[in-house]
Amino acid sequence: MSVVVLGAGMHPWGKQGRPFQEYGLAAARAALKDAGLTWPDVQYVVGADTIRNGYPGLVSAATFSQAMGWTGARIASCYAACASGAQAIDIARARILAGLCDVALVVGADAAPKGFFTPVGGENDPDHLRFRLLGATNPAYFALYARRRMAMYGDTPDDFAAVKVKNSRAGALNPYARYRAEVTAEQVAASPMVADPLRLLDICATSDGGAALVLASRRYAGSRGAVEIAAVSTVTPTYPNTVLELPNFATDSTAAVPPPENPFRTDIARAAYEEAGLGPEDLSLAEVYDLSTALELDWYEDIGLCARGEAAKLVRSGETALGGRLPVNPSGGLASFGEAIPAQAIAQVCELTAQLRGTAGPRQVEKARVGLAANQGLFGHGSAVIATSRR
Amino acid sequence: MWFTVEDDLTYLVGSRCADCGAYFFPPVAGGCRNPRCDGQDLQETRLSRRGTVWSYTNACYPPPAPFVAAEPYVPVTLAAVALAEEGLVVLGQVKDLTVDDLEVGMELELTSGPLADGPLVWMWGAAS
Ligand SMILES: [Zn+2]
Repeated sequence: MSVVVLGAGMHPWGKQGRPFQEYGLAAARAALKDAGLTWPDVQYVVGADTIRNGYPGLVSAATFSQAMGWTGARIASCYAACASGAQAIDIARARILAGLCDVALVVGADAAPKGFFTPVGGENDPDHLRFRLLGATNPAYFALYARRRMAMYGDTPDDFAAVKVKNSRAGALNPYARYRAEVTAEQVAASPMVADPLRLLDICATSDGGAALVLASRRYAGSRGAVEIAAVSTVTPTYPNTVLELPNFATDSTAAVPPPENPFRTDIARAAYEEAGLGPEDLSLAEVYDLSTALELDWYEDIGLCARGEAAKLVRSGETALGGRLPVNPSGGLASFGEAIPAQAIAQVCELTAQLRGTAGPRQVEKARVGLAANQGLFGHGSAVIATSRR
Repeated sequence: MWFTVEDDLTYLVGSRCADCGAYFFPPVAGGCRNPRCDGQDLQETRLSRRGTVWSYTNACYPPPAPFVAAEPYVPVTLAAVALAEEGLVVLGQVKDLTVDDLEVGMELELTSGPLADGPLVWMWGAAS
């Protein structure tokens, strides 16, 4: 059972200093135009929330709907950290599949503060305390994973830099990306160390941006809509989770129960493959959540592109670059966009849509038929989306 | 209370499920978090004082508030340390060692030290 992507739209990423609503509205209007629909045609609106933009950000579907003009459509607003956009897609898709509506608009947008993300919650929650007691920022966790790769697999900082070089070349071709300049390995190596072994150019920035999708039932779409959503995975980890997840102080204990067969990120992709009835061998391209360069390499192994420990070799081979056998992050990834949290997973699916329609221009992956977008919604909120082409 | 100091020795304080034996850090309440265990008896317990480095990093720039950075700022070193008996990996600041002194797999021992504004916190240090 598939849901059809009728329209996709984005507002360029950046630090434009405008209210998040403006980015979301621009993306929503672009998606509606792309779908050949008007706003009153929309029966259901799902907003992916932002938690750093006050009350309007926390009820984002209502905020967007009010700005477009009330039509009496049904709405939902949701938050799942980095997985918010995928969660919003999942909610709209489920309602369409249930026959409760035929056409839905999914919107996410953010206006991000400068510098490190800082806690937004109460003084006793772990997100506050990890800053207060340890000074453990998000890049600190990415750096722990990166160092672990170096110790386990012999990866080097040059391997990590190769990811940035690859993604910057793709991003240079993407008009929606924030960073459009190609970056060299020397520039990565010369950028300041932030969290050893990760340097400034290994770590994704925080950005403003907006993305939107129009989803519809096949009955509603008729012969329109060449791209279908074949799976949305929103699985949690399996106890005991032996990876130190942000913002936790410790892993689960393996004293009572041995570690599960697959780590969390592997399970996220596996559930999506199972739902779609596809596997890594079917992929034409993938968009993965490169919060750091090293994390993109973790994803190669987690989504089954290569065996554990082989990812550095894979990126070095050029197979995951544009023009390679299986391009990863042909959009330019977070390396070129920076993260606009609630919009990012939606933007990943916008890229899959462009690629599967064959409209990605200079970034086009040849004969693209199946795309996977994977995302580490932290705090145990995983997400992955598989889109397929009917062509 | 996540740690305690006794006779100059620092101990992390976690929970242990009396039914299945799973450990938790920080301590938890409200029942065992092993999904196949109905245990409600979570006992406060001291964790092993020694472990091996799972991974490590540092903060080259002062972390934002609510962290209080020393002036002049000295990079905070962090280590995630695996405790064999508990099957846990526990994150902490590292005392008197930099990333150049650390290696994945090396042994560290728990100690404690003050934050820049005074309060004492657990820290990983060189094994004695
Ligand atoms: Zn138990």
